Amino acid sequence: MADATTHPGDAPLLVVEDLATHFAIDAGLVRAVDGVSFELYPGQTLGIVGESGSGKTVLARTIMRLNLGGNVRTSGSVRFSNQSLLDLPISDMTKIWGREIAMVFQDPMTSLNPVVKIGRQVTEHVRKHFGISKAEARNLAIELLQSVRIPEAEARFDSFPHELSGGMRQRVSIAIALACNPKLLFADEPTTALDVTVQHQILNLLGMQQQERDMAMVLVTHDLGVVAGRTDEIIVMYAGKIVEQATTSEIFHRTSHPYTEALLRSIPKIDQPSHTRLAAIAGRPPDLADSLEGCSFSPRCPYAQERCFEEEPELEALATDHLSACWYPVGTPENQEAWEKNLLAGRPSTLAIANGQIVDDVSVHLPSGTS
Amino acid sequence: MAGGGKAHLRPIEDVLISAQDVVVEFPASRGRVVKAVSGISLDVKEGETLGLVGESGCGKSTTAKALIQLPPPDSGTVHYKGEDLTQLDAESLRQARTDLQIIFQDPISSLNPRRRIGDVVAEPLKVWGPSDSASQVEKVNAMLEAVGINPDDTRDKRPHEFSGGQCQRISIARALVLNPQVIICDEPVSALDVSVQAQILNMLEDLKAEYGLTLVFIAHDLAVVKNISDRVAVMYLGKLCEVSGSDALYESPAHPYTELLLNSSPIPDPDVALSTDLVEQGDVPSPIDPPTGCRFHTRCAYVSDRCIDEEPQMQKISDDHYVACHHPLASVANSAGVSV
Ligand SMILES: Nc1ncnc2c1ncn2[C@@H]1O[C@H](COP(=O)(O)OP(=O)(O)OP(=O)(O)O)[C@@H](O)[C@H]1O
Ligand SMILES: Nc1ncnc2c1ncn2[C@@H]1O[C@H](COP(=O)(O)OP(=O)(O)O)[C@@H](O)[C@H]1O
Ligand code: SF4
Ligand code: SF4
Ligand SMILES: [Mg+2]
Ligand SMILES: [Mg+2]
Repeated sequence: MADATTHPGDAPLLVVEDLATHFAIDAGLVRAVDGVSFELYPGQTLGIVGESGSGKTVLARTIMRLNLGGNVRTSGSVRFSNQSLLDLPISDMTKIWGREIAMVFQDPMTSLNPVVKIGRQVTEHVRKHFGISKAEARNLAIELLQSVRIPEAEARFDSFPHELSGGMRQRVSIAIALACNPKLLFADEPTTALDVTVQHQILNLLGMQQQERDMAMVLVTHDLGVVAGRTDEIIVMYAGKIVEQATTSEIFHRTSHPYTEALLRSIPKIDQPSHTRLAAIAGRPPDLADSLEGCSFSPRCPYAQERCFEEEPELEALATDHLSACWYPVGTPENQEAWEKNLLAGRPSTLAIANGQIVDDVSVHLPSGTS
Repeated sequence: MAGGGKAHLRPIEDVLISAQDVVVEFPASRGRVVKAVSGISLDVKEGETLGLVGESGCGKSTTAKALIQLPPPDSGTVHYKGEDLTQLDAESLRQARTDLQIIFQDPISSLNPRRRIGDVVAEPLKVWGPSDSASQVEKVNAMLEAVGINPDDTRDKRPHEFSGGQCQRISIARALVLNPQVIICDEPVSALDVSVQAQILNMLEDLKAEYGLTLVFIAHDLAVVKNISDRVAVMYLGKLCEVSGSDALYESPAHPYTELLLNSSPIPDPDVALSTDLVEQGDVPSPIDPPTGCRFHTRCAYVSDRCIDEEPQMQKISDDHYVACHHPLASVANSAGVSV
């Protein structure tokens, strides 16, 4: 894996700056992605983590210039290999898709054509971009199917997608994504629909191919367990914004943002005794059409204080290469104090984390009678 | 295992549910047969949570449904409170089923989209509950509250207005209205975010304590199963591999398939070395034509000739820890010349 902290001599492959994607709907403006900036270097792996609805897919699709519907407004910039992707005509984007940037989706059927044999689908981009002969295409397809560990690749060449299991279909869509040796691969929840064993195999496969090809990779997931040990750097998203960004080791060992901490604590761990009470996050992600004052995590945050409901924290550097957007970062004395205060006041969102209580209604900041 | 045997069963008078030699098969094309469940024996004590774990297609749902006779198994018995459900006439079976409720994986589509939440939850009461509507409403409200949902805000809404986690809680409320003794949870958290999964797991523990429930909990993720279960049964291709108290299973897995599942479970710690050798593992073989001998032998790192010919039987390896394997892990027979 590439070193995430320093990139001597390398120019970034992808630079995303102040990217925003908003959808106009009847109820208002949905700020699905709201001011996201990051860089990705050649060969680097980046994890993007957040609950369902936090804007991960919209972010990936915006960068890729994939269709997001007619009611979309995008601003900011995306530079990839020194091209400004948001300014390119779609006809130029089609030359980049598959060839330089490729994508793997949660549902492999999204990228597979149900009525075309898989062997043919695997080399479609190669034939389009490089114009190779039929015989060459067949050999390449078999090679690619072998590289994603499809057993009996030659016999499988003539299979249709529905004849394969979910895991095998995902392997085929990875083969398609890798066919032109892209410089960057976006994998959006590539294993969320799969069994743990198949998930593990697919993630290993992606990691192996990423290293062999020295390809940059963005791995999108709601489960921090999926990206631990598989990425150089992690971005945690909440309500369309980055709330924490650091090297993978920093994110786990010096967790700073309360949302990251809450996500981590909600995962059952194999080394905990059975019946360990899990920390449950109160409420649900906010409705992105409502504009919210203060920190967007404040209604659910166990540490929230008055300031959090009024002022929005900026993404700031805590240490070199560790950004976090929080007034009371985890691990500080102020954070400890906020926790004790809220616990004493019996704040529901705090009790949810402390005792695993199920709290849906987080509209009340503090129980009445406290201030 | 994938093997047979009943060494892991406890005395029938000590358990609430006892399924023995359950076989379920489905017809497939060209006269072939899907051997979904091939002679499984399981029991559950009152107040216990039994975890049932295995990969997609290994027969977890089919086993769960066979327990409540939906459909009844092709052969084998299922005793509930000492009575063999497979022998009951239709009317007695319908009565018994009110005690045994099931909730499913996909929370949103398992609720009828056209009906209001109040009616969805009340539906079982229409057949079995008190006939006056005031006590029905009271019951529905109590159950919605029990799953942390405000009845006044939700009764008139429809399922699509709720998140996946809320829909799952509504289906739990629905399963609870008839005061069942047993709830079978078929992958209730597999489609949910980790944050919502934690809520559902905690809630099931609370409801279990409050209503004295007995649970059968199905999942494919061992960490999830461990969190909620007292005892865990590992399944592979229609057979049982290993049965054990949950802490012991994770400390010293004895079946190679349990080990494979454990190595696959995502670990939220960047310093734990990943087993990166798991790339080549092929698909689970077809249950139409399952492998001979031990059904796991086509994927097992410890396979011997014996495994191909002879089906292993469930054997006791320590207190409340049973395995069906010719070369269980951490035993002398196994350490003979096997790397990994
Ligand atoms: N009604 C049916 N007709 C034919 N085959 C069936 C039927 N129901 C289940 N099967 C087959 O029986 C086997 C076991 O299925 P089952 O649904 O019990 O697996 P499972 O362990 O619950 O899997 P999953 O994790 O995907 O839910 C599978 O091969 C399945 O395709
Ligand atoms: N075409 C659209 N119109 C309106 N809102 C949308 C549209 N597409 C996505 N959204 C909203 O944008 C937010 C982020 O969605 P998404 O990126 O899919 O989340 P994630 O991938 O993190 O689960 C959600 O609130 C979603 O409902
Ligand atoms: S402590 Fe305040 S600023 Fe930090 S995440 Fe919680 S609510 Fe937001
Ligand atoms: S060692 Fe033999 S019996 Fe045991 S799981 Fe492997 S193949 Fe089956
Ligand atoms: Mg998404
Ligand atoms: Mg199932």
